[in-house]
Amino acid sequence: MIRLPFLQRYTFKRPPAFADVALLLGTFALLYVVAKVGAGFFVSFRPPGTTPNVDLDPSNLPYYAIRSSLRMFIGLFASVIFSLGYGYLAAKNALAERILVPLLDILQSIPVLGFLSITVTFFISLFPGNLFGLEMASIFAIFTGQAWNMTFSFYNSLITMPKELEEAATVFRFSKWRRFVSVELPASMIGLVWNGMMSFGGGWFFLAVSEAISVLNKSYTLPGVGSYVARAVNERNMPALFWAVVAMVVIIVIIDQLFWRPVVAWAEKFRMDRSASGVKATSWAYDLMRAAKLPALASRFWRRLRRRLPRFPGLPAIPWKIRRRHRLKINADLLAAFFLGGITVVGLYYGYGFVTKEVRLQEIAEAFGLGFLTLLRVLLLIALACVVWVPVGVFIGFNPRFARIAQPIVQICASFPANFLFPAATVVFLRLGLSIDIGSIALMALGAQWYILFNTIAGAMAVPNDLREMAASLRLSGMLMWKRVTLPAIFPFLVTGAITASGGAWNASIVSEIVTWGHKTLRAHGLGAYIADATAKGDWPRIVLGVGVMCVFVVTFNRFGWRKLYAAAETRYRLG
Amino acid sequence: MARAPVQAPILRIDRVSKTYPRPESGGSFTVLDDVNLTIYPGEIVALLGRSGSGKSTLLRLIAGLIQPTKGVVYSGERAVDSPNPDISMVFQSFALLPWLTVVENVEIGLEAAHLEPKEARRRSLEALRLVGLEGFERAYPRELSGGMQQRVGFARAFVIRPRILLLDEPFSALDVLTAENLRGEIADLWEDRNFPAESVILVTHNIEEAIMLADRLIILGTNPGRVRGEMRVGMPRPRERNSKDFRSLADHVYTVMTNPETKVGPAITPVGGFDTTPLPHARPGAISGLLELVQEYGGPEDVAVISEKLRIEADDLLPILDAAVLLDFAKVEQGDVTMTPIGKQFADAEVEEARVLFRAQALEKAPMMRSIYEALRSSKAGSIKKEFFIDVLDENYSDDEAEAQFDTAVTWGRYAGLFDYDSDDEVLHLAVEHPEPAH
Repeated sequence: MIRLPFLQRYTFKRPPAFADVALLLGTFALLYVVAKVGAGFFVSFRPPGTTPNVDLDPSNLPYYAIRSSLRMFIGLFASVIFSLGYGYLAAKNALAERILVPLLDILQSIPVLGFLSITVTFFISLFPGNLFGLEMASIFAIFTGQAWNMTFSFYNSLITMPKELEEAATVFRFSKWRRFVSVELPASMIGLVWNGMMSFGGGWFFLAVSEAISVLNKSYTLPGVGSYVARAVNERNMPALFWAVVAMVVIIVIIDQLFWRPVVAWAEKFRMDRSASGVKATSWAYDLMRAAKLPALASRFWRRLRRRLPRFPGLPAIPWKIRRRHRLKINADLLAAFFLGGITVVGLYYGYGFVTKEVRLQEIAEAFGLGFLTLLRVLLLIALACVVWVPVGVFIGFNPRFARIAQPIVQICASFPANFLFPAATVVFLRLGLSIDIGSIALMALGAQWYILFNTIAGAMAVPNDLREMAASLRLSGMLMWKRVTLPAIFPFLVTGAITASGGAWNASIVSEIVTWGHKTLRAHGLGAYIADATAKGDWPRIVLGVGVMCVFVVTFNRFGWRKLYAAAETRYRLG
Repeated sequence: MARAPVQAPILRIDRVSKTYPRPESGGSFTVLDDVNLTIYPGEIVALLGRSGSGKSTLLRLIAGLIQPTKGVVYSGERAVDSPNPDISMVFQSFALLPWLTVVENVEIGLEAAHLEPKEARRRSLEALRLVGLEGFERAYPRELSGGMQQRVGFARAFVIRPRILLLDEPFSALDVLTAENLRGEIADLWEDRNFPAESVILVTHNIEEAIMLADRLIILGTNPGRVRGEMRVGMPRPRERNSKDFRSLADHVYTVMTNPETKVGPAITPVGGFDTTPLPHARPGAISGLLELVQEYGGPEDVAVISEKLRIEADDLLPILDAAVLLDFAKVEQGDVTMTPIGKQFADAEVEEARVLFRAQALEKAPMMRSIYEALRSSKAGSIKKEFFIDVLDENYSDDEAEAQFDTAVTWGRYAGLFDYDSDDEVLHLAVEHPEPAH
């Protein structure tokens, strides 16, 4: 009568003792590595000038890779904390919401790399006399590449919480803390995890840039894969570059298998919709952890221990205040508009004053002109990437067996920091005599294209079988099939991919419009090169001008281009 | 047996009104108007009403989830001004936490009350046994069928032993058989006299469900929501759905609910000559389907019987009936449906002829349809933005209802070939070859 699917749950086939041993060894290995490498983290406090040397011997690569990874995880941790705090405040307080959400919207559309010079200077001044500030600056760069997405995801989960679930929490008198831990956080978990994973992948790019940077005529180096590559480029050492690429791929795969896959598989239990849709995420590492008996033993022991300990007096159940949005609305709107407007006006006033002290008006116009050149590159890149990858993505997505293999590979490609490949590309450009004005499009595409492929695959996989069978039965094919069925069906996914790719490309422009190989430097005409130049020289007015103009471009384009497309995608082309 | 209400009231709703402000126009929209209601220990009271009667709002006022604009809700002697500790609630969508096991879902209310963990577990298992879920403690909600999930919802509400149990359409998300089964078990529990709450307030739009379970029925009217009247269900338990008493009471309730309501609240005010008298939310296809059915049976047909035959609940059936009456296709007297001559013609007509008939009747009998049509005809381009109509409707309806009225008008207008709606540009325009009105 009643089917009990949970009885058929997957059981680990090897004896549990194996799982326990593997888990123990893994834990000890992790602790050892973190302790060892973490120590290096703190030893490296040195006065400026004596920057840590990066040794190109490939045997050092594991150490550098782990140091870089540690930075990534600290950045991720900071992003999680920030997302939870910022998102919670924005969702729960009407006034905060009206200020924080537009602010976040702007924060996520500005090119992080343009600010690297500002943040590096800031953090170095925070910790004068040692390199900890630089370490912080690098982590901050990673953080800025991850936090906004995750924050938006958390905020969205909070405000779209099913109403009856919230009412149930109120009726059963949950305290704020319990509500957060038992309802709000779990309900947001899937979004947080997926966004975290994608942003983490994007973070490698920022890491690679921020480990070795020359700011204000000084070059700073942190031991890590990124600085290893920078040194290799300086010395034109091709084999070292090759090994760095290998190390990077290895570390991405390891983190994916041992961290993200298990986390994603674990997050499955927080899925809200009742029917388990599609393929469930699985992970051998997660299965291993579940098969092991030790974690269960440990948690039982902990629960017993806690019962013996004097009981935490617990906060009294504070009745949840009912949210009265409309009552505050007019005031909050006014206040928020006043606040945001004030910041903008003051910022513009000072920014303009600061810039025009040294820069002539004509140069401002030139900066906008350069901005258009870069915009053109970004658009060309997206158009080209669509032409190339949409057919490929649809082909993969329509063949599920293919997709299962291809999807993780594409995901790794998307995570791989494209700037590791820039040197090799530069060598090719130099050999062929190709202008960097065009070549930089290819460089930007190296990183950005994967988002389009990835999303197209996901979109094609989500097309209902009925639609495809209908198309087959009507003998739709060729252009008609593409125009009427395939493209509209994947359109929302494609737009998402294009938006992400465009954000990535703007950021990449700062490092791909100027490339070097040894002492040769190729410089394209564009806003990215302008900013990179100013940053290297420490020319503050021009840094501010360049970054400001880029913000204007990105924000304007997001508002009037992508946003419109996205709205159309959401309303007209949504399936199901 | 209904227990005689001899004690002091367990809950008293004293002249309660609930209005929501409309920030755009500066006015306000009334959901509940001057509601008085007293609940005694030991009774099950059903709040019956169509959608828009504010029955869910009333339940949330009792739960202390929202606060009244005017009047007071007394739980015992205490005025409710925050979440009411004397109640617990069963939700339409179950509102279970999918990441917790069955027993953890039940326990959570006790944990929040800082009960000792062992005691909480013991009481939760007891509650689960009560609803027949023994042995399912460690399952996750998603592993259970809808009916079993709602059992968890009941156990969670039972375990904190509330004075009043609030049921918000608890069976309406379940299929017919599962709902019937669970309803029966809840009724049995109540008869056994070890029910884990003193009183029950049930919100439903299913008339038979209300009669099956309740000692008293409170009939709510719409626009604005208010108490139209109450009925005592004197039948002994367990109740027989096919008994004569049951059927005649069901008939009576249907009659009351199909009777045109005398408007007590503020009348619908025409805005700039635009008449926004509400359209019943029924699709033309459903109207003609209903008429064909009545036609098939020949003579006048009992509303309760139609509901039973079609397995449509009152909430879905009544708007269709209303629409048929409004368009003068049918008459309802004493709970019986009779066809008018034009209704017969409509039921017999071929597709195109039926649309012509519908068009004529809509223009003549449904003031809003006429108003929209006239507005479009007098506009230069023959088209008007949706926004304009929504603004006008907002004067008399809630945001959701204004949208719903607009949607219904569009559905009718499209079927009648009067006007069409372009959802990309959000513009309403005259049908391409719009006919002259019949009169």
